[in-house]
Amino acid sequence: MIPAPDSWVTPCPPDRGGGLWVEPGGFHVDPTRPVERAVITHGHSDHARPGHARVLATPGTLSIMRARLGDGAGLTQQPLPYHQPIQIGEVMVRFVPAGHVLGSAQVVMEWRGSRVVVSGDYKRRFDPTCPPFEPVPCDAFITEATFGLPVFRHPPVEGEIARLLHTLSVFPERTIVVGCYALGKCQRLIAELRRAGYDNPLYLHGAHLPLCALYQEQGVDLGDLRPATVADAASMRGGIVLAPPSAMADKWLRRMPDPLPAYASGWMRVRARARQHGVELPLIVSDHADWDELCQTVTDVSPGELWVTHGSEEALVHWATTQGVTAKPLHLIGRGEEE
Amino acid sequence: MQAFATLLDALAYMPSRNGKLRLIADYLDHTPDPDRGYGLAALTGDLSFTAAKAGMIKELVATRVDPALFGWSYDFVGDLAETVALIWPAPPGVNHPPPGLAAVVEGLSTAKRGSIPALLSGWLDSLDATGRWALLKLITGGLRIGVSARMAKTALVEWAHARGVEASVEQVEELWHGLSPPYAPLFGWLDGTGQKPDVADTGGFRPMMLAHPLEENDIQSLDPADYRAEWKWDGIRVQLVARGTADQARIYSRTGDEIAGTFPDVAAQMGFHAVLDGELLVAREGRVAPFNDLQQRLNRKRVTAPMLRDFPAWVRLYDMLFDGGEDLRALPFDDRRRRLEEWFTRTRPPGMDLSPLVAFTDWDHLAHLRLSARDTVVEDGAIEGLMLKRGDSPYIGGRPKGPWFKWKRGPLTADCVLMYAQRGHGKRSSFYSDYTFGAWRGTPGADGELVPVGKAYSGFTDAELVEIDRWVRNHTTNRFGPVREVAPGLVFEVAFDSVHRSTRHKSGIAMRFPRIARLRWDKPAAEADRLEVLERMVAT
Repeated sequence: MIPAPDSWVTPCPPDRGGGLWVEPGGFHVDPTRPVERAVITHGHSDHARPGHARVLATPGTLSIMRARLGDGAGLTQQPLPYHQPIQIGEVMVRFVPAGHVLGSAQVVMEWRGSRVVVSGDYKRRFDPTCPPFEPVPCDAFITEATFGLPVFRHPPVEGEIARLLHTLSVFPERTIVVGCYALGKCQRLIAELRRAGYDNPLYLHGAHLPLCALYQEQGVDLGDLRPATVADAASMRGGIVLAPPSAMADKWLRRMPDPLPAYASGWMRVRARARQHGVELPLIVSDHADWDELCQTVTDVSPGELWVTHGSEEALVHWATTQGVTAKPLHLIGRGEEE
Repeated sequence: MQAFATLLDALAYMPSRNGKLRLIADYLDHTPDPDRGYGLAALTGDLSFTAAKAGMIKELVATRVDPALFGWSYDFVGDLAETVALIWPAPPGVNHPPPGLAAVVEGLSTAKRGSIPALLSGWLDSLDATGRWALLKLITGGLRIGVSARMAKTALVEWAHARGVEASVEQVEELWHGLSPPYAPLFGWLDGTGQKPDVADTGGFRPMMLAHPLEENDIQSLDPADYRAEWKWDGIRVQLVARGTADQARIYSRTGDEIAGTFPDVAAQMGFHAVLDGELLVAREGRVAPFNDLQQRLNRKRVTAPMLRDFPAWVRLYDMLFDGGEDLRALPFDDRRRRLEEWFTRTRPPGMDLSPLVAFTDWDHLAHLRLSARDTVVEDGAIEGLMLKRGDSPYIGGRPKGPWFKWKRGPLTADCVLMYAQRGHGKRSSFYSDYTFGAWRGTPGADGELVPVGKAYSGFTDAELVEIDRWVRNHTTNRFGPVREVAPGLVFEVAFDSVHRSTRHKSGIAMRFPRIARLRWDKPAAEADRLEVLERMVAT
């Protein structure tokens, strides 16, 4: 008899490591505290925590973890390329692209004929910096639901980039400072700006330099990048600077000539959110699936059961149920809504 | 519509005035007629739609979206138009282009009520989320993008300057009421392809002359002999445009809104031929009633006989812009004042009187008069302060610095206790920023209870807001949606212009212009003021 998914994959309380616990394999997926054996979906800090003894991840994710966590990236680091199976304990494990950021993967796990897929974080649209999401049919699909409400429909990224460039043309004497996450969003924005034909130098906050260098080493072309901290203020006038969202409220911003604050995030879809950040130019660019992508993915994967985690679980569970899919919320502690 | 939506979206996030002007000019530059004219009219508040209301939009979305999903979404977003704009599912295969702004405006004004839902659905299907948001905001009349009519006209003039056409905001304002959307002749003039439109005889609004607030330091540099003083009456500033018969009478508010329909009792007395500047008040037997009484008359579409009887309108005249067809605006104030007095003696229009000049010898004398305004012969509560006008000042539309000052009376204050806090809007939507506060009825600690006396959401700094927000979260005793009830513990020194009787409030009183003057972290709630203190301040 094929075991039920929840008989071997379970949410783990934080005091026993957090994330998901896979009993027959003896490992955690994206644990929030240091554990003996961790499988990591991608390099964002709410998924890739420091201090595990043994870490299994894609080569891209491991290089990101080393860049961000140094010695904390894991005592033993085992790279596993996409699509190559490996046995851990009694469980066969392989990584499949999730389309979220460089190195991001879904974890496909099989035990005694039962298959569970952990999506990690994912999106379905084109991203010049990472391979696209691949749906894998399974008995249980564990999906994120960061943007799990039907008000979240991310517009095409080309339109958002066009808005950014139009704003630059209306305010040529200002410097547009785009708040964005250091891993993934920053490089995707740069790649999309290049794709739209913008080949002026782009200026980066110091926190964004190492990961951009890493992306370039991994073969992603980001063009002419310069550190904003040493750049002459006048040369940044009429240009674009990328910085972590936290820097936008920082004294650091004062070095920019007449900065025009922008912020690239799926949350910018909601006006009250954008205003809370004091943003003059909200850019709706997300590395997470929007509502339509979440629904499309449930349809494509067609899982026996849907488990929904971090985000608006209730709405996606409700929708899946109306589509005849058995669904339940899975409350994982320690996953941020940051993007 | 899409270009207009992009403009509204950008304006909504642009905090600076110059940035807003630039965005509007950019829109005018890139948008053809007649759309840009309708866009401008939307910004100046000259478009209004009555056919589509919030209820209809709710019904419409219910036909397309699962109610549970809509409910969660509305809770998250918090704004009906925005939720509908975001959640609206465009059906596959829509291939008609999004409507232009002119098509929307003309479509809504000609459509029969019953056909509006279908019309609206078709537009919503073809627009993107920002376009749908702009459409819904436009037709429900709540743009809330921080653009005044004057700012929009300023942007128009700046746009014209960039094209080498010399025009002033005052010229545009003077023409404004003689033109209607989409303002083709106006754009023809301002883009240099046509003549300045001739609208001399439309009974139009003349831009009002406004005053700067007087800073205490300013006054030392002014010579009292140069200035005339008048009381600043607490009503609404109006311009009476009378052209010989009462049915041609126009009454304009300060912003140029025409309100003769709301004040037929005033219009009925305007059989003369003149343009006058004055204060609209409610007065009984020549005695000015509190502003609260005037409030009963404002913004009414239907005016009933009891309203006219119980709250009779009165105009107290300040200035004269035209005597018959003669334009007096270039004359010095003293000459206009003499013309006004002569005209008044000649005409004696019922329901009007002259605002008297206040005689004074020097600034100290005037300061004394201002402070005692509250309890002198002048009707209590009818005075907001003093106006100072240079005797040689011509009447110039706008707010020139120097010729006119307003010197407001100092506010009243009371120490009140925070009772309820509500989450704010916009960038304050994560903060408890709107406060209802109370005063004690009975003895605090014994039989005493707090009764709400007012509500304020300004007067504190951003840093203080963060502190109050934290205090509210830590002292919540009850929640009602976005409102939290708090334990009595935080005392505000509240400043307000006056106190009035009110049957709508449990305390029986209402404050005018309440704002937080100071946070009294040091003061125990039990030592805050009692209701009797406020009752003694009531303007009668």
